Amino acid sequence: MVGLSHYLVLGALMFAISVIGIFLNRKNVIILLMAIELMLLAVNLNFVAFSHYLNDIGGQVFVFFILTVAAAESAIGLAILVVLFRNLRTINVDDLDQLKG
Amino acid sequence: MVFTDIVFYVLAAILLFSGIRVITTRNPVHAALFLVLAFFTAAGIWLLLQAEFLAIALILVYVGAVMVLFLFVVMMLDINLDKLREGFWEYLPMAGFIGLLMIVEMTMVLADKNLHPGQAAEAPVNYSNTATLGRVLYTDYLLPFELAAVVLLVAMVAAIVLTLRERRDSKSMNPSEQVRVKRNDRLRIVSMPAEVEAPEPAPAAEEKK
Repeated sequence: MVGLSHYLVLGALMFAISVIGIFLNRKNVIILLMAIELMLLAVNLNFVAFSHYLNDIGGQVFVFFILTVAAAESAIGLAILVVLFRNLRTINVDDLDQLKG
Repeated sequence: MVFTDIVFYVLAAILLFSGIRVITTRNPVHAALFLVLAFFTAAGIWLLLQAEFLAIALILVYVGAVMVLFLFVVMMLDINLDKLREGFWEYLPMAGFIGLLMIVEMTMVLADKNLHPGQAAEAPVNYSNTATLGRVLYTDYLLPFELAAVVLLVAMVAAIVLTLRERRDSKSMNPSEQVRVKRNDRLRIVSMPAEVEAPEPAPAAEEKK
């Protein structure tokens, strides 16, 4: 019988996959953004699973807000990416070294 | 094994496969399409958890809007893939170690007996997930809901302003400059000597007219 722990482990696996993805694709900003989306999806999966098994609708409300913020974040991220590519003709993270911080 | 269990395992397998393909595939377009598959499968899993509204919202918002945006951007940029793939597998041992560590840690936390409430309670016959969610959203969470709307508005304005580009050949006018114009900017008064009465025109010129 599939229980809460199955969903939580699935969420943990998805989260770990996206963390590994951030390590592997450290040069490609587009895939980095996709890995972040995947990470948020894993978190949302945990929220929905807890909401179902604890009979609390609050978890789903939180997922709603996370979806909103994630959509805004990806829109701004992609806009920054487009401006970046227009100015530097590259999206390689290694080339983004103009701020000598 | 119940039918829903089989559905869960199939969906989970597809979700994990597409997640792995998102981070390992070579072509960003393929990665975006696998991400679409991942979101679609996750929506199926949310349906199993009886979160119908969120499952539909995930498909509408993510597959319908965000992923299309991703695909637009990926296809718009002309990027050198080989340069970006340099040293791709270099950090795999480190990444695999950290990923494995995270899985082990989370599994240790999730194995806690206090976390497991057992089976979920049966929903009433005429239970509507959308109605329940909407009622909570517009009463208890009204202020956060409004703030989320503001966040979306700000994000929209920011994205438009960031990518706005002044085109050189566009024919546009600035209304405020038009309103602010003074008479002296447009009109020049030259003093000229008064004209004397013209002589009687010649008859030939009149005929020509």
